Amino acid sequence: MVDIALEGVTKVFADGTEAVHTLDLDIPDGKLMVLVGPSGCGKTTVLRMVAGLEDLTDGTISIGGRVVNEVPPGDRDVAMVFQNYALYPHMTVYQNMALSLRIRKLKKEEMNRRVQEAARILHLEDLLQKRPRELSGGQRQRVAMGRAIVREPQAFLMDEPLSNLDAKLRVQTRAEILRIQKDLNVTTIYVTHDQTEAMTLGDLVAVMKRGVLQQVASPQQLFAHPANLFVGGFIGSPAMNIVEATLSGTGAGTFVEFGGHRLQVPDEVIVERPGLAAFRGRTVILGIRPDSMEDAALVPSPGPDSRLPVAVDLQESMGSDVYLHFSVDAPPVYTEDTRELAADVDEKVLEELQEQASERRTAFIARTSPETRARVGERCEIHVDTRKLYFFDPETGGSIYDGVETAPTGAAATVTA
Amino acid sequence: MKTVEAPERVQAPPEIAPQPSVLRYRARRVSHKVLMYALLLGVCGFILLPVGWMFTAALKPDLEPIFTPTPEWFPSEFWAWENFRRVLTDVMPFLRYMINTTIIVVANIIGVLISCSLVGFAFARLRFRGSKVLFYILIVTMLIPWQALMVPQFLMFVKLGWYGTYLPLIVPSFTGTAFFIFLIRQYMRTIPKDLDDAARVDGLNAWQIFWRIILPLSTPVLTVCAVFTFLWNWNNLLGPLIYLDSDEKFTVAIGLANMVTLADTPWNLAMAANLVSILPCVIVYFFIQKKLIGGIASVGLKG
Repeated sequence: MVDIALEGVTKVFADGTEAVHTLDLDIPDGKLMVLVGPSGCGKTTVLRMVAGLEDLTDGTISIGGRVVNEVPPGDRDVAMVFQNYALYPHMTVYQNMALSLRIRKLKKEEMNRRVQEAARILHLEDLLQKRPRELSGGQRQRVAMGRAIVREPQAFLMDEPLSNLDAKLRVQTRAEILRIQKDLNVTTIYVTHDQTEAMTLGDLVAVMKRGVLQQVASPQQLFAHPANLFVGGFIGSPAMNIVEATLSGTGAGTFVEFGGHRLQVPDEVIVERPGLAAFRGRTVILGIRPDSMEDAALVPSPGPDSRLPVAVDLQESMGSDVYLHFSVDAPPVYTEDTRELAADVDEKVLEELQEQASERRTAFIARTSPETRARVGERCEIHVDTRKLYFFDPETGGSIYDGVETAPTGAAATVTA
Repeated sequence: MKTVEAPERVQAPPEIAPQPSVLRYRARRVSHKVLMYALLLGVCGFILLPVGWMFTAALKPDLEPIFTPTPEWFPSEFWAWENFRRVLTDVMPFLRYMINTTIIVVANIIGVLISCSLVGFAFARLRFRGSKVLFYILIVTMLIPWQALMVPQFLMFVKLGWYGTYLPLIVPSFTGTAFFIFLIRQYMRTIPKDLDDAARVDGLNAWQIFWRIILPLSTPVLTVCAVFTFLWNWNNLLGPLIYLDSDEKFTVAIGLANMVTLADTPWNLAMAANLVSILPCVIVYFFIQKKLIGGIASVGLKG
C-alpha cells in the first residue's frame, strides 16, 4: 500500500491531440481517488499511463516513491479493472484470476489460497469452473475485480468498471467496490464520467476537463465550494441552475438580479466572499442548486427578496421529492464550459441550450418537497435559500471567493453569447 | 380457497377448431419442408453417383469390363475386395504413398501453423516501424504465380542438394505463406485490444500474450489454415513430381497419375486407389466440419 504521485504529467498523442496537460495529482496511501469528467477529458489516459499502457510525453509518475515511467506494466504491481472487463474468453474464471499468479510463478498452494479467498469475498465460489461467456454482466464484473484482488497489488486502477451494468446492479456493485476497497485498504484510482459515482465512492475527487485538472477535493468540498463554473455545473444532480445576473449594491444591501427577479445576497455570503465587492454593478454568473430551492408555500417564513414568481413548465415526481421545471427570462450562460456540460449530458441538451441562448431564457429546475401544490401551467413562488448562492466570474469562469483567481490556469472561459 | 382454484384457471381453454387460414398455413409449411428434403436428397444422390460408380468399378475383377454401355452406378455383381489390398501393398504401393504424403502434409501443417501464426501475430498486434510497408510487400507476393517461381526455386533446391528429398516440399512452409499470414492477421485483429492490455498488466510479455491469449483464441482461423494446407498438399502433384525421383518417396498424387498414364490402365485398381486416397480427406472433413464451417464463417472466407 503506497501513495501515487503524478507530477507534470502530459500526454500528446501521435496525431497531435493533447489528452492530458501538465497534471499534478497525489493519491494518498489507501485512499480512493476518483477521476471524473466528461468523455474525452483525458481521465482514462491518465489511468492508462499509471498502469503503464501508455507512455508519458512529459512528467513523472511514481508509485510508492519509485518513479515508474520506464517500468513495464507487469512490474508496477498495480492491478486494473477494465470497462469491458477484458476477461480471457478461453479460460475459466479460476484460470482468469490465476493467470497473473502463474506468470509470477507463485506456488500452487498459495495461488489456490488467493483465488479461493478472492472468490469468497466476491461470492464466485460456484463459478470458478465456468467460462466468461456463461456469466452474467454482474458476475463478469466480479471476476474482473477478482482478477485484480488476487494480485494483492499496491494499487487498484479501475476504468469505469460499472458502466456496463444496469442501474440497479450498478448501485449494488458500487457499494461492493467501496466495501472491498476499504477492507483491503488499497490505494485506488477510479475513473468514471458519472458524477454520482464519483461523489459516492471517492475519498477525493479530481474533476478534469479537456486534459486539464479543474479541482481536487473531497466530495463535500466539491459540492459546496466548486473552484469554477465547470465543477459547479458538473457536480450535483440535477445540475446547478446557471444564469447571467447583475450584482447591484445599494444602501439596503446587495442584490442579484436576473430576468426581472431580484434576490438579496445575505451579509454572511458577502463576508464569506469578499471578492464579490469587485463585481458590484457588473455581470456575474449566478449558480443556484435545485436543492436550495423550495415551493415558497412550504417555507414557514420566507425572507424578503428570496422568492421567484414563476410558471411551472413540467413537474417530475421522484417519490421523495418533486422536480419543478420553469424558465427564467434571462440569458443562459453560453460559454465553452456550459456547452461542454450540456454536450456531456446529451446532444439534445446542447441544442436546447443553444435555443435558450437565442431566446434569452434559461431553464431552471427546483427540487421541492413532494407536498408542493404547484401544478404544470400554474404560477407559483419558488423560495431560494440565498445563503447557498454560487457566484462565478463571467470572464474566467472561476468561482468568486476572496478576490483571488481560484480557477487553475487554462480554465479560462469567456462569455460568448 | 384461492390456491386450489388457481390451477383450474390455468387449464387450456376449450378446444376451438383452428381457423381455415391457420390450417392452410400449416399445410403449406409441411409441404414446403417435404419439398426441401426431397430436393436436397436428390442433389445429394446426384453428387454421390460418380462415387458409387467408382466403387462399382473398384470391386470388379481384372478382366471384367469397366465402361459398360449403361453405367453401373452401384455394385451389384462383383465384390472383389482384394483389389484394395492389391492397390495398397501387393500390386501398387499405395500404403507407402499415403505414409509419404502424410509425412509431407503433417510437416507442412506444423510449418504453416508456427510460421504464419507468429508473423500474423506480429502484423496484427505488435506496433513496430515499417509494419505496414512489410505487410503490403507480403500482400504483393501473393500476386506472383507459383509457376514463375518454379524454375528458380528448383535450381536453388538442386544447388542446396535437396533434390530427391522431402525438404523442398516441407521447408518453405516454415518460412510462411502469404495467404495464411493474411488470414491469420485479419482474424487476430478482431480480438479485442483490451485483452492485450489486461495481459500486460497481469505481467505477460509479448511472447506470453501470443502463446497464452491470442493463439488459443485463434483456433478457428488456425483450423482453416491447417485444413487448407492438408488439402493442398494431399492433392499437390506438381511439387512432388518435380522434386521426387524414386518410387519409395512418391506421394499419392503421383501414384494416381502414374496409374492413369500406364499403357493399359487397370481401371479397377485405379478406382480402388482413388477411393483409398480420398478417404483421409473425408475423415478429416467429417471430424472437423463444424469447426471448419465456424472458422470459415468467422474468417470471412468462402470454401
